Amino acid sequence: MARIIVVTSGKGGVGKTTTSAAISMGLAKKGFKTAVIDFDVGLRNLDLIMGCERRVVYDFINVMNGEANLNQALIRDKHCDQLYILPASQTRDKDALSIEGVGKVLEELSKDFQYIVCDSPAGIEKGAHLAMYFADDAFIVTNPEVSSVRDSDRMLGLLASKSRRAERNEEPIKEYLLLSRYSPDRVKLGEMLSVKDVQEILSLHLLGVIPESKSVLNASNSGVPVILDEKSDAGQAYADIVARYLGEEKPHRFIDEKKGLFGKLFGGK
Amino acid sequence: MSLLDYFRSNKASSASVAKERLQILVAHERSSRNQPSYLPQLQKELLEVVRKYINVGQDAISVNFEQDDDQEILELNIVLPDHHTNKKS
Repeated sequence: MARIIVVTSGKGGVGKTTTSAAISMGLAKKGFKTAVIDFDVGLRNLDLIMGCERRVVYDFINVMNGEANLNQALIRDKHCDQLYILPASQTRDKDALSIEGVGKVLEELSKDFQYIVCDSPAGIEKGAHLAMYFADDAFIVTNPEVSSVRDSDRMLGLLASKSRRAERNEEPIKEYLLLSRYSPDRVKLGEMLSVKDVQEILSLHLLGVIPESKSVLNASNSGVPVILDEKSDAGQAYADIVARYLGEEKPHRFIDEKKGLFGKLFGGK
Repeated sequence: MSLLDYFRSNKASSASVAKERLQILVAHERSSRNQPSYLPQLQKELLEVVRKYINVGQDAISVNFEQDDDQEILELNIVLPDHHTNKKS
């Protein structure tokens, strides 16, 4: 039986797909058979971030409609043979998704996989709703910025009311905060909400902070999940996040600013 | 406190303004999240009924819905004007 993780945020552009690619790769590299599904029907991009855009033949909607079977649609990742990508359809619209169809595909995947990562589209409409509906765990990707924090809170409300676990009165979805695009320098200057601020506002368990990093754009440029860039700060942050999710104790990093020579000379503490 | 901190201005930082605004907003949105969707309509119709008999203002009625683990409370508050009984007599 697979554990289903939804990566969601409400707001667009905060790093959902980057996160989905990174954590699914991280889980697979730890040896868990993992599938990552793009729920952004009509605007698929996970394939591009994972670097498998030229290998897409069949998609999620084809499988739902019985036009292809799962094995035909799943793309095995070229870096890790425990990771499979199920791309979204680029030509259909979101109405092609149905709760029964998604449920059937997830159930079939559950037999064979240990983790299923659902990359939610932005917004709160059908794609986003179905991405979270069957989830066991939710990774809330938030930027330290007012509109992102507010939208994250809205998603928490929906997770608590519009999911299968909520409807069946089961144990609620476990919610985790992933604070991305974090700039400790700007926090220090009082220009950006701090981790503590965001945690206080949302009262969420912090899984990790991903610093604002050039490596994220470099990774997406080349179609390699940033977690494989082990030297980069963002890559290390995602590796920590996966480890913490799996129960390892890892001290939080990337929360304090890097001190340059000037800071070392004049900075306190 | 470091030398750098000393030169930083003491006025409220934009981050603390953001935090305060978000705390108020999130508290408000969370409190209205679990309310049934008929609440605004109920409030409007109740106001109409009350106004047939008593001249009260638009905001004289507040309807609150609270939910505990095992009970739901619908709280209705009508603020009457100071001398409404005197007029009748």
